[in-house]
Amino acid sequence: MSYWFRNDSRLPQVRLAAASYVIVGMLTILLLGFWKLQVVDSDKYGQLAERNRVRSIPIIAPRGRMLDRDGRVLVDNYPSFSVLLLRDDPTEIEKNLPAIAEGLGLSLEDLKEQLYNTKNLPKFQPIVIKPEATPADVAFIESHRADIPLLEMLMVHRRRYLPGGFMSHASGYVGEVSEQQIEASNGKLRPGDIAGKSGLERQYNDLLVGTDGMRRVIVNSVGKEMGRLSQQEAIPGKQIQLTIDYDLQQVAETGLGDKKGAVVALDPRTGEVLAFASHPAPDPNDFAVRVSKEEWQRLNEDADRPLLNRVTQAQIAPGSVFKIVMATAMLESKTPPESFTAFCPGYGVFYGQMHKCWVYGKSSHGSVSLHEAIVRSCDVFFYNVGMRMGIGTISRYAKMLGLGEKTGIDMPAEEPGLVPTEEWVERVYHHKWYPGSTISVAIGQGSVMVTPLQVAYVIGGIASEGDFKQPHMLKDAPSVGEKHVELSEHTVEEVTRGMFGVVNEPGGTGNAIKLQGIEFCGKSGTAQMMSYSAASRLGLGKGKNDGWFVGYAPRRNPEIVVAAVVQDTAEHGGTAAGPVVRDIVKAYYDKKNKKNQGQITAENKGYELKNETRQVAEVAKVVAKPEEAAVVVPTGEKKSDP
Amino acid sequence: MKEAPGARDYDWWLLAILAAICTIGVVEIYSATHGSALAGMHMKQVRWILVGVVLMFVLSRLDYHAIMDQAPWLYIAGLMALIAVLAVGHTRFGAKRWIPVLGEFLQVSELVKLIIIIVLARFFAEVRTDELSLQDLIKAGLLVGLPLVLILKQPDLGTALVLMPMLIVGAFLAGLQWKHAAVIVVLGILMLPVGWHFMKPYQKERVTSFLHPEEDAKGSGYQVLQSKIAVGSGGFWGKGFGNGSQNQLGYIPVRYSDFIMSAWAEEQGFKGVLVALGLYMALLLRLVQNAQRAKDRAGMFLVMGVTAALGFHVLVNVAMVIGAMPVTGIPLPLMSYGGSATLFVFLAIGLVMNVRLRRFVN
Repeated sequence: MSYWFRNDSRLPQVRLAAASYVIVGMLTILLLGFWKLQVVDSDKYGQLAERNRVRSIPIIAPRGRMLDRDGRVLVDNYPSFSVLLLRDDPTEIEKNLPAIAEGLGLSLEDLKEQLYNTKNLPKFQPIVIKPEATPADVAFIESHRADIPLLEMLMVHRRRYLPGGFMSHASGYVGEVSEQQIEASNGKLRPGDIAGKSGLERQYNDLLVGTDGMRRVIVNSVGKEMGRLSQQEAIPGKQIQLTIDYDLQQVAETGLGDKKGAVVALDPRTGEVLAFASHPAPDPNDFAVRVSKEEWQRLNEDADRPLLNRVTQAQIAPGSVFKIVMATAMLESKTPPESFTAFCPGYGVFYGQMHKCWVYGKSSHGSVSLHEAIVRSCDVFFYNVGMRMGIGTISRYAKMLGLGEKTGIDMPAEEPGLVPTEEWVERVYHHKWYPGSTISVAIGQGSVMVTPLQVAYVIGGIASEGDFKQPHMLKDAPSVGEKHVELSEHTVEEVTRGMFGVVNEPGGTGNAIKLQGIEFCGKSGTAQMMSYSAASRLGLGKGKNDGWFVGYAPRRNPEIVVAAVVQDTAEHGGTAAGPVVRDIVKAYYDKKNKKNQGQITAENKGYELKNETRQVAEVAKVVAKPEEAAVVVPTGEKKSDP
Repeated sequence: MKEAPGARDYDWWLLAILAAICTIGVVEIYSATHGSALAGMHMKQVRWILVGVVLMFVLSRLDYHAIMDQAPWLYIAGLMALIAVLAVGHTRFGAKRWIPVLGEFLQVSELVKLIIIIVLARFFAEVRTDELSLQDLIKAGLLVGLPLVLILKQPDLGTALVLMPMLIVGAFLAGLQWKHAAVIVVLGILMLPVGWHFMKPYQKERVTSFLHPEEDAKGSGYQVLQSKIAVGSGGFWGKGFGNGSQNQLGYIPVRYSDFIMSAWAEEQGFKGVLVALGLYMALLLRLVQNAQRAKDRAGMFLVMGVTAALGFHVLVNVAMVIGAMPVTGIPLPLMSYGGSATLFVFLAIGLVMNVRLRRFVN
């Protein structure tokens, strides 16, 4: 061994001591670092660790069901899975998005657009990328949990409506909440929540929605669920019972069929809506998941306007149905006096202009009294009455009886219709009222406009001796508005006698639809959308009409009043809409009589349906079993609430 | 040199400290891995420790002068090994650092660290002046520079960096002049941009994410954030053995190795950190004490080389865990799981024992 080290024992003791101090200083500084994290900021990091560890997964509360007045289920839920995309980690998303799109059969562009649209939401909030997962999707998600830790499944409840658009304008439909709804909800709603968009779904959204629950689970760093911390159960939405009678609704839907129009049946004693149909009707099941942009556009641009709820939103000329309002006004105001008669040669000349009666060219009514004028719907009689009365009196009575304002039904976006007045013309058209316009208004043409619901409401109110009950859809509604219009007994008697005659007297415009053993009364109406001459010039034959029929029974203090309108028809109201009304009234009495004999109960609804309606009824029966439809919470043999 | 040193001459305090650190390490490796696919890792670590202890005793029996005699050959062998690993080495985790030895993969650079400690000690021991001359400083720099470049090539920034404190501490103890120190500091600062230029993208990313952690939520910034969450959420008393959610649910990156201090701090809290860092302080001070009592400059440089390396490991690793330094991939001596690193520490301690055993001889 060479002695290169030469036993050199000069040790730099000072500098070695300095090294010790450096070591002590260094470790002290590190300890201070730990002190800062573990003692000073401990709470903050504790929360961050908790946020890492715990993931909150919402438990969606099912919406309340809708039942008919006998407890049959009209709108129900079914369980389904939505695919959620967790968005905490943008780089992972970027990397995996193509694989996700392919695995779930989604378009990559749509996914990217959806991500872009939701970029302002908090990162921890997942978004729904596929509302209804197929078994293949579930398999994809489960098998890629490790390499694509971004997907999660969420059990949701989808709405199930009766098929074929049955009652769909009444029930409405649900959809993802809009931004306005979120803002208006004071933080109660979050993006992606489901809320009622129209109809009763929207009207009673607050009742129907439940409170979502929350499941807090422990997840590891790749998002795998490792355990459960707590579970706050969802509170299901409240079930609502409607005044709708499934059997009558069935008849209304079938009666309207392919025709464009609306039917509404009320119980004037209470204001309860027994049937409510508007056609064409979109199938809300198509919107229950997510409506495509194209489909939505198509529905909006459809010339038949399937999204229009014709019962409360179609504002159309009442035609001769308005003559009941005119008759009531005449008898109450005694202008002209009740003894007034008019001669109808098939037309009349007022203010230098010829106005035809509807029988013009075929026959004439001759000399007519009020009663005959109602029964045979003589236009010339009411032209004369209108001329004598003036627009002021007409509009005063029309408004008094409830036209030109909303009935207050528990449905969103009801239209008020229109009762023209001198002030209205001056305000809107900036000219004086033309007296000639009064002549058209007198037979429900011109600018007077009503909704089918208003027609049922007004006729029901008059026949109920001036007792008007606010129409409503919710059974046992806590407060039902009502108003009383002072009508003399004589007025009510004469007007109802007239409407009885329409159906039951020879020559009455509704004579073809009279019902054996039932005091079925009514009034037809045919509102021209264009004049006969204009229509024939356009080659539309007799013209396109809105055919009305409003019917009720019995003659005084009716139990049921039905208004129906069939649009774009070549037929007269009595022919086009009359049978629809008659069938509903008949069904009402059939059911009532059988019930009185103890043959019908809510469970075995004994009403005999026509062949074509039976299929729908079968479906309804299936849906009506709550314990089959509601898979989530088995409640045993609980029958639906009556 | 005539009489063989006896068992009494070993530094039993030092061994006790090492045993305590190893115990903490094995316990925490067990806690971090027992519920995962890596279960059983703590037993492998125990095996490495036992092998290390044996090697330590073997190395302590050889006279360190005899070892340092061979410094030039060791240096050449070390360089050859580094070149060999670059040529035929085994690539793992994206770097060529490993060569297979007896069925296990060993990191050549760990061995090279040991060689550089010996070579530097030999070099500084041969400096006769009280003040380190500029020529000698440059020579020492070149001696370290050559293997440093080769290690950077692997790439292994962490190990390369460890060579620097060995050089600095050695030069300091060899009588580094303050003016030279000042010049080196200025040069170092000027070289920073050049160094940046030569860095790999992932290394640059680590530095950027250290400087701006909020801009890198998932890369190394994420790792450091998760580590800080683990440490901070441990609080003063800790969440208890096996109860750290950051640790058990895998939020702490490589929780059994580089970030084991994070796992320990989460489960044992500040009190546990106090114990661990206290042990490291005791270890380092005990090493300095051994240097102070060395028989000659050669032994002193050898011990201080070891001290510099271990001290640097502790500083950089622990600072990384609390987010005070960028992620470099330097393990915590004897706590982090790892064969090569554990063997290096025990071999280094073997050198220290060697010096201690011979302080009264002759």
